[in-house]
Amino acid sequence: MSDSVVRVRGVDKVFGTGTDKTPALQHIDLEIPKGAFVSLIGPSGCGKSTLLRLIGDLTQPSVGAIDVNGKTAHRARLDRDYGMVFQAPVLFDWRTVQGNVELPLEVSAKDKAVRAARARAMLALVELTGFERRYPWQLSGGMQQRVAIARALSFEPAILLMDEPFGALDEMTRERLNLELLRIWKQTGTTIVFVTHSIPEAVFLSTHVAVMSARPGRILEVIPVDLPQPRNDLTREDERYFGFIKRVRERLRGRDVARPGAAEVAAS
Amino acid sequence: MSKRFAYNAPAVLVFVGVLGLWELAVRAFGIQQFLLPPPSSIAGAFVEHFDELVTVGRNTLTEAVGGLLIGGVAALVVAFAIARWATASRALLPFAIAANSVPIIAFAPIMNNWFGVLNPLSKMMVVAVLVFFPIMINTLRGLTLVDRSSLELMRSYAATELAVFTKVRIPNALPYVFTALKVSATLSLIGAIVAEYFGGARSVLGQFIITEAAFFRFANAWAAIVVASAVSIAFFLIIVAIERVAIPWHASSRSAESS
Amino acid sequence: MFRAGRSALSFLVVIGALAVLWEVVKLLGGDPNGGWIPPFQWTVASDLNMPHVWDIGASFVEPAQRNGPPLGIVLVNAGIFTFREAFGGFVFGALLGLGLAIVFVHSRLLERALVPYVVASQTVPIIAIAPVVVIWLRGGWLAVAVISAYLTFFPVTIAGLRGLRSPDPRALELMRSYASSSRDVLLKVRLPAAAPYLFAAFKVAATASVVGAIIGELPSGIRDGLGGAILNFNQFYVSGPPKLWAAIIVAAFVGIGFFSLVRVAEAMFLRGRTAPSDA
Repeated sequence: MSDSVVRVRGVDKVFGTGTDKTPALQHIDLEIPKGAFVSLIGPSGCGKSTLLRLIGDLTQPSVGAIDVNGKTAHRARLDRDYGMVFQAPVLFDWRTVQGNVELPLEVSAKDKAVRAARARAMLALVELTGFERRYPWQLSGGMQQRVAIARALSFEPAILLMDEPFGALDEMTRERLNLELLRIWKQTGTTIVFVTHSIPEAVFLSTHVAVMSARPGRILEVIPVDLPQPRNDLTREDERYFGFIKRVRERLRGRDVARPGAAEVAAS
Repeated sequence: MSKRFAYNAPAVLVFVGVLGLWELAVRAFGIQQFLLPPPSSIAGAFVEHFDELVTVGRNTLTEAVGGLLIGGVAALVVAFAIARWATASRALLPFAIAANSVPIIAFAPIMNNWFGVLNPLSKMMVVAVLVFFPIMINTLRGLTLVDRSSLELMRSYAATELAVFTKVRIPNALPYVFTALKVSATLSLIGAIVAEYFGGARSVLGQFIITEAAFFRFANAWAAIVVASAVSIAFFLIIVAIERVAIPWHASSRSAESS
Repeated sequence: MFRAGRSALSFLVVIGALAVLWEVVKLLGGDPNGGWIPPFQWTVASDLNMPHVWDIGASFVEPAQRNGPPLGIVLVNAGIFTFREAFGGFVFGALLGLGLAIVFVHSRLLERALVPYVVASQTVPIIAIAPVVVIWLRGGWLAVAVISAYLTFFPVTIAGLRGLRSPDPRALELMRSYASSSRDVLLKVRLPAAAPYLFAAFKVAATASVVGAIIGELPSGIRDGLGGAILNFNQFYVSGPPKLWAAIIVAAFVGIGFFSLVRVAEAMFLRGRTAPSDA
């Protein structure tokens, strides 16, 4: 596992103190290889978003350690090794589309010409060329999310953390954006950790699906999804696709005892 | 075109109708003109005292603008300081709100004593105190009521507090500041006029109104009030225009929401 | 209950801090006191312009005029007098405003005809017309109450209109599916929805009506209220500076007091609902 980009070891996360403790995550061991697309899926409240935020150092583990890119998660955040996309686009009303995409580059003090060039390149990547001067409220929900993705990628992070980014969109937009996301993934080679509660979406997008139990969350199994790449509309009609969906669903329903050896993602 | 006309017609009709009825009623019932001046005598008074009205209007407007500048700048500075350095800003808000319910105008005599009754500065200080709280409260709100996801986003970029302040808090606060400024436009003019009621030079609107009213020359008094209203509306519209230029994204996004 | 006690305590702390600040300013730039010569000389901080905090306090118990009752009693009575004018006007104006809002909600035509003026009036210096109206109506506390009513009724109408219109259209559809009468819809859906908006307007109107009452008293020759007291003590300021300050303090309490009353009423009416608006 020497090419693991993310290594989560023995992590517990407990919220609250004293008598008011809520264990969110228990004994999490997870390794994510470089270039993988890993989905975290589980019932509501299982802690998948918490796990994502732990990886991104937006919160800290109560027990255990997280390594990202060979450093601590904290160091990785300070070095800006990852980009985040939330369920809401979280764009700033007062900036144009291009201004929004340039935001992280401004924070890391890149100079003006570099920023503008990168922003335009990222907008081209998400196929929003021509919308640079528009304001967020002028765009549809799907387009806003694409801007958020462009922004997350603008400083070329090694890892992209996505927390149910397409959850607020309608089915058809979601399927289209799934395809776009896969295209972007292939083009940039970024490692993606993707939280979702849609089983078909998880199977369609991922190289590996990490199935989690109900609270306190544990990783029940990491299922390698070896459907052929590149994935497209035909994939959705492939029998094996339905097979994987079935497998994930049964795992979610079944006994919540982690299978031995399931913690590490087999190098694919 | 005709749709807009039909929409606004009732309001216009009311305006014309009220004026017309007023005029007729005064003449028909033979009401003493000095008691209830008809619109025609108010218009007449306006024309007759035009020069004086312009002078007093201008002097009072100067007091209002001066006070707004003093109070506004002070309010912005205090709000920034509290937002930047005091985590107890949430605790201070209720006090500022309570302070705002004090009849600040009661301080007018004190200001007259401190700065001199005839000195416009005494009126400006009343206005400054009057507009200080609305502007400070709203600015503080705008600086602190930022949504969590935006702050988390900035954290994910390892942004410094200063960067968060300049790139998120300040732009977020601008609409709030302009809301307060619009309220303050009206407030500053009212404050100047009412402060003048407690004493002032002859050449200000408040003193003009009080004097004319005391001599039962109501047509003149109402003409002055019309001038005061016009100035107030103009001041308000100027701030709206400035807002359109300063934060174009806000006005248009709001109209998009409501459509 | 406990929360109320805590905020009263913090209120006292702030007042205390202000008093300390006051005296510190005087210490630095006021008049010499005893053996102490202040380092600066600010006219604003002189004993004439800024009486000592204890002098102001003492003035409450001393007679306001020769052989008269203590100033504190005089001012409290004046405060009650002014409050009654403000409150009476406030109640009348609030009822009128709410009534208008209800009428406007049910008649689009009347709304289109009249609301522009209601809105425009927000930019008109309403308080400025107070003295004129009072002189016009030949003075007296009724005229002053009319001012307070006028100052209350505009914000209440506007807030009422917004509030009565605020319910989710789906809630209104639900009521239609029950074949409810207009009256039921008004009482069960619109009015409860309007309550938060109305209370926000009431808080603004409370302050405005106190200010309106004070201003209205100025030219009307009413000596019984706070406006009269302030005028009086201002005229004879040099003979007793603390008295004017005492009058202003009482005016401040009346303003804050009325505002707090409305807030308490709001907490009772909106119990359990969304947190009361800050302003």
